[in-house]
Amino acid sequence: MSKPRPDGFAQADLFLTLPKPFIDWFGEKGWQPRAHQLELLGRVQGGESMLLIAPTGAGKTLAGFLPSLTDLAMRARRKPGEAHRGVHTLYISPLKALAVDIKRNLETPVAEMGLPISIETRTGDTPQHKRQRQKLIPPEILLTTPEQLALLIAAGDAARFFEDLEVVIFDELHSLVTSKRGHLLALGLARLRTFRPELKTIGLSATVAEPDELRRWLVSQGPMGEIHMSGVIEVAGGAKPEITILKSRERVPWSGHSARYAMSEVYEAIRAHQTTLLFVNTRSQAELLFQELWKINDDSLPIALHHGSLDVSQRRKVEQAMAANALRAVVATSTLDLGIDWGDVDLVVHIGAPKGASRLAQRIGRSNHRMDEPSKAILVPANRFEVLECQAALDANYLGAQDTPPLREGSLDVLAQHVMGTACAGPFNAAALHAEVTSSAPYAALSRADFDRIIDFVATGGYALRSYEQYARIRLTADGSWRLTHPRFAQQYRLNAGTIIEAPMLDVRLTRSRAKGANARGGPVLGKIEEGFLESLVHGDTFLFAGKTLRYEGIRENACFASTANDRDPAIPYYAGGKFPLSTYLAEQVRTMLSEPERWKALPEQVGEWLAIQKAKSILPKRDELLIETFPRGERYYMVAYPFEGRLAHQTLGMLLTKRLERAKARPLGFVATDYALAVWGLMDFGRMFSRNELSLSALFDEDMLGDDLEAWLDESFLLKRTFRYCATIAGLIEKRHPGKEKSGRQMTVSSDLIYDVLRSHDPGHILLEATRADAAQGLLDVHRLGDMLSRIKGRIVHKGLEQISPLAVPIMLEIGKESVAGDAQEALLAEAADELLKESML
Amino acid sequence: MNQAAASALDAERNHECILEFAGVQLVADPAGCLYWPQERLLVFSDLHLEKGSSQAVRGRMIPPYDTGATLKMVRDCINRWQPSSVISLGDSFHDGGGEGRLPDEFRQLLTDCMTGRDWVWISGNHDPMPPAALGGVAADVLALGPLTFRHEPLPQSGCGEISGHLHPQARIVRRGKSVRRRCFATDGSRLIMPAFGAYTGGLNIRDKAFSGLFDLSRLHAHVMGRERIYTIDSKQLV
Repeated sequence: MSKPRPDGFAQADLFLTLPKPFIDWFGEKGWQPRAHQLELLGRVQGGESMLLIAPTGAGKTLAGFLPSLTDLAMRARRKPGEAHRGVHTLYISPLKALAVDIKRNLETPVAEMGLPISIETRTGDTPQHKRQRQKLIPPEILLTTPEQLALLIAAGDAARFFEDLEVVIFDELHSLVTSKRGHLLALGLARLRTFRPELKTIGLSATVAEPDELRRWLVSQGPMGEIHMSGVIEVAGGAKPEITILKSRERVPWSGHSARYAMSEVYEAIRAHQTTLLFVNTRSQAELLFQELWKINDDSLPIALHHGSLDVSQRRKVEQAMAANALRAVVATSTLDLGIDWGDVDLVVHIGAPKGASRLAQRIGRSNHRMDEPSKAILVPANRFEVLECQAALDANYLGAQDTPPLREGSLDVLAQHVMGTACAGPFNAAALHAEVTSSAPYAALSRADFDRIIDFVATGGYALRSYEQYARIRLTADGSWRLTHPRFAQQYRLNAGTIIEAPMLDVRLTRSRAKGANARGGPVLGKIEEGFLESLVHGDTFLFAGKTLRYEGIRENACFASTANDRDPAIPYYAGGKFPLSTYLAEQVRTMLSEPERWKALPEQVGEWLAIQKAKSILPKRDELLIETFPRGERYYMVAYPFEGRLAHQTLGMLLTKRLERAKARPLGFVATDYALAVWGLMDFGRMFSRNELSLSALFDEDMLGDDLEAWLDESFLLKRTFRYCATIAGLIEKRHPGKEKSGRQMTVSSDLIYDVLRSHDPGHILLEATRADAAQGLLDVHRLGDMLSRIKGRIVHKGLEQISPLAVPIMLEIGKESVAGDAQEALLAEAADELLKESML
Repeated sequence: MNQAAASALDAERNHECILEFAGVQLVADPAGCLYWPQERLLVFSDLHLEKGSSQAVRGRMIPPYDTGATLKMVRDCINRWQPSSVISLGDSFHDGGGEGRLPDEFRQLLTDCMTGRDWVWISGNHDPMPPAALGGVAADVLALGPLTFRHEPLPQSGCGEISGHLHPQARIVRRGKSVRRRCFATDGSRLIMPAFGAYTGGLNIRDKAFSGLFDLSRLHAHVMGRERIYTIDSKQLV
């Protein structure tokens, strides 16, 4: 809540428009509403939809709710016998926990002012009887999540339930809109506007790169492509954060992500502060950091671990202890990123590179919720390139730069889900629904033809082979509307709604070592790990999880059984989730820094030296150049490129380059990619081929690789299969996995990989494949970024032939062996296993 | 070098996998069918035709191309081996209504495959009744020389049983990578065939559904690779 604060200009008039209980309440507290809170109130009262951009601690939540609270406080009470009114205000939050938290924060002032306003949450945890009651007697303010909204508007009584809706508040809008979740939510909002055209929206957001995108998102777009925007209020940032890069006494390693070298210095920092939040980028880093800290925790400081794979009860315990200020430090991944109140944190330590300037700013915002005091943060780079990245991010934070990702066009799989949901609520007219859908910003450019293909997909799968007409789920009826053909499809929809598709996860249960068969069923659940990782373990392997070193005992039914191990050096689980590519903005900053030696003075001495030696022995590229180094090593020849475009784009580039090198008879054997560089190795001397013009660098890196080569590779790629599974599940083609039911379904359901193979060879133009390719190109493959890079470096490729490895190449060379080329690798492993048998039989 | 290893080497050279089984020689085709040269007999198991449409009936519009894909592979295998007889080892259709839902185009394809040779439908749990209008002969079990063909393996069956039903898959883990493929599983006296259908999943042969069926010391998985069969000792399977 707000503290008194001189605002410099007269707010008295606006203040006086507040209902009396509010004026009294502010008076009793000795507070005054802030300028932006009153401005937002005034403009929403005037009928505007608004975007409020403000840093943490600026009283954003109260600002967002003030229009609703004052409106509700003044509205006449329902008389006994009158019909119950529908929901007045809908609040959407990205996190269940946030909705619950906001309810608590809102109830206090409402109770203190004695306002007759009912506030309720509706999340996946809300019991059935309460949901039913909410439908009959709706609360005035309903706090919920995007998934619950999708379910609410797919219900037959949706129009009635929302007939009195005045305001929709979107909290943390910047994080809601960047994903498919945001697409579904945008479609839901368009639906709500059909129910209530005069509806006002309020978006609450942290600072973003493109506020106009959010302003469009909040309001209805014009039917002829006219762009409409909400109003906006931007609150200037609070005090500048104090950020430093850890200047370690130890040697900063060449590669790796553990930052183990800095442990004792991190521990000292924890000791010197009251409460420290330690952020890492992946769950496995969290496990490792936690383990390392406890190894040296001689004072037995209360240090806890928090990440999304841990069991919920354990996470809640940590959150409560944190709120009660009972912890000295928490090691956390992004689960803590969003605006939950975390007690009095006075230091944020960021291990590893932050990957994006905005991400860093938001994470540091966790520390010190009072915006007038500076937040304090220490960046701990895990390797030398990360030192550069941290310095770039630090410069950006001081400059106030933002690099939140641009919004993507609405995806078609989400649209399919929404069309089905709409049909579940009642018959719809295709033209009207198309108009509604295109009024939402992400789908503003959706053509009627694509929309009709999606309807066809929802009805019968939309296949060239029209054999499913008789089983259609929705059908065009005589009155021109599409109707559901059977109510059980609505039931099916409800079980599968939403866009959050978890990778298949297994419970990890603690058991006794070597417990066999039936005995091994018990044991507490520690959390969940991705099936893919567990599949790569064999009996006796050790790994780090939930802060313990565990020994893998086996998988039975839907659980992985593991026992406590004493190993010092476990294999660490690497989760697929939680790896963000380096942002385009930071990448550019890093390239700039490399090309400006005078800026190296800001870097730790050993890193500056490293760059100086690189400059002497090889080249440091200019900002827009691409440096290619070639050198022999062992019996192989290497080519290392430094595009700084992030691991995903580099992996795609690596795949395409090896294909081209193969065609040029340069005999590549493999490649490895990091966030910064790409190394390809093979049997031919690439450097000599370049200098003798047997191989042209500019042809090798020509943009045309994004044409046929990409298509050919894409279709074979396992990445595409993974993307297809997500798309097919969201689109309602295959069932979502429901915990505890996976195995029983195995005989009946069809694996998405098999569906993909069959569809690709028989109906390559199918709309779901189109959606999958578009998704993969933007997501896992980062094709756009690669394309931008290739056009940027045209004519600016610098080749340096070397006799030996350069300083800049050391980090990536150390990564070799940790990854291998996919594709034929599986066949090779099978052949190896078969060879072993043959060898044995010849003894 | 022992004889088994020698013939394995021979087979490898020809990219063929010859199994010595119950006193006869059988060829495991990397496509997933089994050929008995001496009898000119080709065996497919678990085609699960019309599995796609069985889902569509319940509102899951998965692509309707599985039957076509499966039957084209059947046709290719028949063209390759030119058998005089074919056994479809049960679960030929995914459910009782499958034959009725068969689109005309695929009915014709199947009929073409059957023309000019003996065709035996072994009954399976998904299709206890043989197809009504497709021809061929139906049986629950078929004995031919030392071999017995039935859909579901019997725990107490004697030497020479060839069955399907379980959709065996083998999994290996090497260098931190897991590979999982369909396979022929045999210990020399019993053989369980991989599922052939385009939409058929699989079950790890280490699963308890397989327990008691094999002599583990002699169990081998003949794993379906892209172009060849890889024979892998059960000790390496996880």
